[in-house]
Amino acid sequence: MQLIILGLNHKTAPIEIRERLAFQESEMEKALSQARSLPSLKENMILSTCNRVEIYAISQETEKTVRDLKDFLSRYHELPLKEFEKSLYLLVGEEVVRHIFRVASSLDSMVVGEPQILGQLKSAYTLATESGTSGLILHRLLHRAFHVAKRVRTETRIGDSAVSVSSVAVDLAERIFGGLEQRAVLLIGAGEMIELAARHLMAGGVEKILVTNRTYDRAVSLAGQFNGEAIRFEEMEQGLKKADIVISATDASHYLINREQTVKVMKERKQKPIFFIDIADPRDVEPSVGDIENVYLYNIDDLQKIANENMKDREKEARKAEAIVQEEVTKFVHWYQALEITPTIIALKKKFEEIRKRELEKMFSFHPHLSEKERQSLEALTSAIVNKILHDPLTRLKQKDEEAMSEVYLDALKTLFQLPDLTAEERMEEDEDA
Amino acid sequence: MNTYFFNLSSLFYLLGTLAYLSHIIFLKDLLSRMATLIVSIGFTSHSLAILTRYVEAGYTPVTNLHESLSFFAWMIVGILLIANLKYKIKVLGAFLTCIALILMLFALALPKEILPLAPVLRSFWHPFHVFFAFLGNAVFTLAFCSGIIYLIQEHQLKSKKMGAIAKRLPSLKVLDDLNYRALTFGFPLLTLGIITGAVWAEYAWGRYWGWDPKETWSLITWFLYAAMLHQRLTVGWRGRKAAIMAIVGFLSVMFTFLGVNLLLPGLHAYSNW
Repeated sequence: MQLIILGLNHKTAPIEIRERLAFQESEMEKALSQARSLPSLKENMILSTCNRVEIYAISQETEKTVRDLKDFLSRYHELPLKEFEKSLYLLVGEEVVRHIFRVASSLDSMVVGEPQILGQLKSAYTLATESGTSGLILHRLLHRAFHVAKRVRTETRIGDSAVSVSSVAVDLAERIFGGLEQRAVLLIGAGEMIELAARHLMAGGVEKILVTNRTYDRAVSLAGQFNGEAIRFEEMEQGLKKADIVISATDASHYLINREQTVKVMKERKQKPIFFIDIADPRDVEPSVGDIENVYLYNIDDLQKIANENMKDREKEARKAEAIVQEEVTKFVHWYQALEITPTIIALKKKFEEIRKRELEKMFSFHPHLSEKERQSLEALTSAIVNKILHDPLTRLKQKDEEAMSEVYLDALKTLFQLPDLTAEERMEEDEDA
Repeated sequence: MNTYFFNLSSLFYLLGTLAYLSHIIFLKDLLSRMATLIVSIGFTSHSLAILTRYVEAGYTPVTNLHESLSFFAWMIVGILLIANLKYKIKVLGAFLTCIALILMLFALALPKEILPLAPVLRSFWHPFHVFFAFLGNAVFTLAFCSGIIYLIQEHQLKSKKMGAIAKRLPSLKVLDDLNYRALTFGFPLLTLGIITGAVWAEYAWGRYWGWDPKETWSLITWFLYAAMLHQRLTVGWRGRKAAIMAIVGFLSVMFTFLGVNLLLPGLHAYSNW
């Protein structure tokens, strides 16, 4: 029985391949049960996001399962294996545990520390549970992963600081205004950057969007998209009076907003704070505007600089997170091995005991004249022999520092003594009994 | 008995300050909840201290500097606990508890004996005067702290820093709101304090107003806050200017309270120690 991950992510596969291999959420149930019907598979779960497609599986025969899963991916997505085989990675055993813990804690994400992945992992797990394809081991593994993610979030500051230009801008707005709600935004320009900013701000919950542009028609059409208000370029000052946040991204070759004008506007605003975000190159807002009281001016370089600094902090926190992951991996591996070791030991003991009993009974039936006392001595003798023989190998198996080898030993024991392979459920029961 | 409760509350304010500071450093929610709990216990004990002193002395214990400092600190902590309900600004807790602690330590160093009440203080109006004046002062202390925090946050924003300090400070808007709110509560209280003071002065000395240093300075303070309110409402003195004004106003409050007693001779000198 082996833990397996077969998958690809943003580091190993280009977006075209990832898109082709992605599973739609609506078809997930079908995909899961198709994969489940592979005979070598015990449990499975599929995580499919825009950055990764991964199949988590518990398998009886690793090699066969891997072959089957590759076929399954190729068949399901109607894409020849050779087109994506190189992008695939295979993880087994302890690596799987570490990988899932790292994914859940967002240490494996494109932007380390972004929290979305945890939600995606949770819904992937829910789908697998509902489809009945996840079993006891995945159940335990995923719950541990959620626990690790929570630990990482509370014990490190990995997700605390903004690492993209837009999230830095939102953070700054929050430091000035306490939040985006009820804020009015003036967008100067109508290019792609402005549209992107508008989308971001709407999602952030701003109350009102004003748009101004040299070509009025484009301002109108952009304002229409966001239920905003278009302002003629010559009347930009009207917008400056109303807005709390001003985002400017035009290709003008000179300053659109200068100091003198801003001082005047501030007076009319009764000094209500205003936040300029100048993402134009060359600049749209005269730098000295930022010196005026209650005016905060950040240009794209300022934002980028903060984002970079925060990224460095995040990397530092990520190292702490890795240590937490390692600690948790060790714990999980202990549990998992106990799951394997205990039933094997029980099975081995049972087998020896049965042999001893059988042989003893045979002997008693050949020699019925043996006295009760003699019989008891023989019982004791055979028991002692069995126990002495088993003592060393069992001690060795239970040794924690032999972890790396114990799997090999277990396999050897099972093969040499032809021990029955228990299902996960039986193991759990045996585990609890023991 | 009152001294026992007084000392106990000082100890709790010390622990509360430490808890708030460690919350600022480690940013753990548990620490800030602990801090609020500790300060609440301190406040309860402090209330008992004032109550028992009232019973032991037979008059409202706001008659000498020790008592006044203790009363002022009690009001500050009370205001903090009320502000905590609405604003949840932990940094504020650290500042205010620390100020209360300093006042307590100062009070601790002063003579604490309960003496017979001076004749001028035997007035129905005196406790009211003290109550309004100190409640107003406590509210202004809150404005002072939010003013200082505002200046730090503003400096961070202007110098385009977004480091460890920024994460720990509330937004400019909240700080400015708090400043304004404190002004709208504090100013009427100060006004009431001065009016009740004048009424009491009439009973005690037979005149409403006598330009004694305390009276003069409280009028200066009153004008400062009046100007602040006026400028805010008419030309929008908010943000940085309002923060600086809150700090200046508080300094004037403190001078009226302590400076006048300690440095300038006058009628209020009975409360020297």
